[in-house]
Amino acid sequence: MSVVGNPKIRIRHTKQGKVRFTSHRDVARMWERALRRVRLPVAYSEGFSPRPKLSFGLALSTGYESLAEYLDVELSERIDLTDLPPRLTEALPSGLEVAAVADIERSTDSLQQAITSCTWEIEVSDTDLPTVTEAVARALAAEHIVVTRERKGKPVTDDLRPLVRHLDVTGSNESGCRLTAVLGTQPRALRPAELLAALEPPLELRRVLRTHQWIDADTGRREPLAAASGSAAHSEACVP
Amino acid sequence: MSSLWSQLEPLLPQVQKPARYIGCEDGAQTPRHRAGAVAWLLSYPDTYEIGLPNQGLQILYEILNEREDAVAERAYAPWADLEALLRREGLPFFSVDTHRPAAEFDLLAFNLSAELTYTNLLNCIDLAGVAVRAADRTDADPLIVVGGHCTYNPEPIADFVDLVVLGDGEEVVGEITEVVADWKATGKTPGSRTGVLRALAQVVGVYAPGLYEARFDGASLVAIEPRYPDVPQVVEKRTIADLAEWPYPKNQLVPLTEVVHDRLNVEVFRGCTRGCRFCQAGMITRPVRERPADQVRTMIENGLQRTGYDEVALTSLSTADFSGINDVVQGVMDDPINCGQVSVALPSLRVDAFTVGLAGQVQRARRTGLTFAPEAGTWRMRQVINKLIREEDLYSAVDSAYSQGWRRMKLYFLTGLPTETDEDTLGIGELARNCVEIGKRHNKSASVTVSVGGFVPKPFTPFQWFGQNTVAELNRKIGLLRDDVKRSRGVQLKWHDPKATLIEGIVSRGDRRLGPVIEQVWRRGGVFQEWSEYFDLDLWTGAMDDHGLSADWYVHRHREETEVLPWDHLSAGLHKDFLWQDWRDALAEVGLPDCRWTPCYDCGACTGYGIEHIVASATPPAGGSQGTGQDLDRGAEVPVALRAAPVA
Repeated sequence: MSVVGNPKIRIRHTKQGKVRFTSHRDVARMWERALRRVRLPVAYSEGFSPRPKLSFGLALSTGYESLAEYLDVELSERIDLTDLPPRLTEALPSGLEVAAVADIERSTDSLQQAITSCTWEIEVSDTDLPTVTEAVARALAAEHIVVTRERKGKPVTDDLRPLVRHLDVTGSNESGCRLTAVLGTQPRALRPAELLAALEPPLELRRVLRTHQWIDADTGRREPLAAASGSAAHSEACVP
Repeated sequence: MSSLWSQLEPLLPQVQKPARYIGCEDGAQTPRHRAGAVAWLLSYPDTYEIGLPNQGLQILYEILNEREDAVAERAYAPWADLEALLRREGLPFFSVDTHRPAAEFDLLAFNLSAELTYTNLLNCIDLAGVAVRAADRTDADPLIVVGGHCTYNPEPIADFVDLVVLGDGEEVVGEITEVVADWKATGKTPGSRTGVLRALAQVVGVYAPGLYEARFDGASLVAIEPRYPDVPQVVEKRTIADLAEWPYPKNQLVPLTEVVHDRLNVEVFRGCTRGCRFCQAGMITRPVRERPADQVRTMIENGLQRTGYDEVALTSLSTADFSGINDVVQGVMDDPINCGQVSVALPSLRVDAFTVGLAGQVQRARRTGLTFAPEAGTWRMRQVINKLIREEDLYSAVDSAYSQGWRRMKLYFLTGLPTETDEDTLGIGELARNCVEIGKRHNKSASVTVSVGGFVPKPFTPFQWFGQNTVAELNRKIGLLRDDVKRSRGVQLKWHDPKATLIEGIVSRGDRRLGPVIEQVWRRGGVFQEWSEYFDLDLWTGAMDDHGLSADWYVHRHREETEVLPWDHLSAGLHKDFLWQDWRDALAEVGLPDCRWTPCYDCGACTGYGIEHIVASATPPAGGSQGTGQDLDRGAEVPVALRAAPVA
């Protein structure tokens, strides 16, 4: 049951370092514990098994890193948000850093509905730059990139091409090549691993970083919540 | 200071649940490896999600890291997918704290809580790059140490371990550290390994199996005796006198990924003197040592604030017996800081101490799962096993729970108990049906899950002489019960695979001749035998046959009073004649009251060590069947409150 008038806040955070090997569900549990640790007045659902009212954005695959993860939290009372980012970061496992917190209108679209695309930095372990460049060019030139995947035990055919908004080889070194991609999330989110597997030849994923999530509109695109300036830079988390 | 992290990192995207291997838990220590510090690797030979919550390992992890002369890290058995990659890449068993190779530690310590993990123990040792047989190890190799409840009969794994620790670990790990520190300071010179083992054998609670010889006469064990005059004939267990001095873990680990028992755990007492005759834990952990209620409250308060958990479990062998139980539970519920969102789990509940009041408190935030363990279906059977709860006790507990909103509960039973008849077995179905009927008075969809395990006689219990039921007999009894409850609405039946029960039986009371059997099962790929999808009976029976050993002889045979048992050179403090008398009493269906509230019957657990029970309340919990002066033979009415007789 949603109480009319409960305030909502939106939180933006990173997920980097060893903690990237945790799942989306794991991160949800980390948030529940962190919010209790800082004693945020989170609104709870009613019923036999009350749960805190958190709503997360697009799931990040286990193993991927991100500079732009989001969640919305419904509160039971309005609170002062000053100093909240460092307090939350302190209560979270290292590797999760809160970049910004802001009040949002109750009428704001949910993250799942609002997000239309994501920017990804992708490292592949294929070292031959011409091969990688060619695979990317071939994909961009194609009218369709048709894949078949299994869903609920039935084969489903999908065209990935409309979801590839941008794809670009940005560099290479002795351990592989670096790509930047902007991939659509509606009607479904295209994951970097899926895209690489569909390329010709398929490329082998080494490391993935989500740098942005976007809300596209006629007037241009914007982030659900911009990172506060001067937020902590990436550090390899949890290394003694 | 070598970390394998950069080599492990590329492997993790290729395995299931990679978060098992990253460490980074809240509460994880920052190990400072340094000259002069003895390095312990505290390991659990099963997956991370089962091993991480182990409170014993967490307690020792903190105690060791607080010491100037020690440093401790943790490790868990890698799942088969990662193990294959590690072996392919030539990488070893590693710690999750700093991802150090296991062989770089001075001691590789394993908690053994289940016999079926023994093959995993061998696998972890091998993956560490250490010889699986103790006799083949070099001076530079880590010492392989085991502790935990299984080690009260360590003979089946005697070939593979250097040291076995009996009983509470809090104090003894420090004493072991000091001996190993001296050895380390001398540079572990060639040939010094036996010397350090002999020095460690002087530490009370430490058994070094390699220093003892097992003599057999044909099939019979004659004796297990020290090879050296300075090595003790009998190894006594360790017992900490006062739990209040050990408020650990102070920083319980909060894993980043889901584990079993994912909640705050606070141990409210150790030991149990209810005297259930099948229960090894209750026999070997005596006497009862309660934690002061104030300390429990502080540990809950600090623990919840630090971890952010919304559930706290009050752990012990029988939590409703804790003197301060009602106040502590109510305190958690009433604490405004918990905002009514923290629930309390009481994982081990005796039905005779579970009252409406307690039920009402526990369900205020969220109803945690409720499990009762009547253990047997008839009063006669419960007298044999000395689980002296009456049907009325069970029904009143169940009524309390249903009346407070629970719709389902779990009842735990054993089958294959001494003297069990089909009437006893079918009594389980009858109890379950009656519980559902009671539930239906409160809720139409009331149901009961009946979980049945095959009984495995354990060392240091009165049933250690009993011949376990065969797989065929256990299957027959389970079949009987299944047919009986088939049409009972609201009763679901679950059971433990009797084939696994057979192997647990072989290993529980086995001797050193089982070493080659365990090794063969492991060499042929028999790891994760606790997991039904990996358990392989044929590997075990084949290995028994190959080594000319008979399961019948080890498992199904009743033992004689005079027989030398493979654990006779070890001591849990219990007098063997006390256990024998209790076995005779069991067969005579004579109950034995709880000595917390009645006079001492001299089992040996207190007197031998100069310690005693620590309980805050001299009266048993309300509704309890024991120590309340009832006539145990008939299971007569229990006075709920003791008051002076009215004047005539």
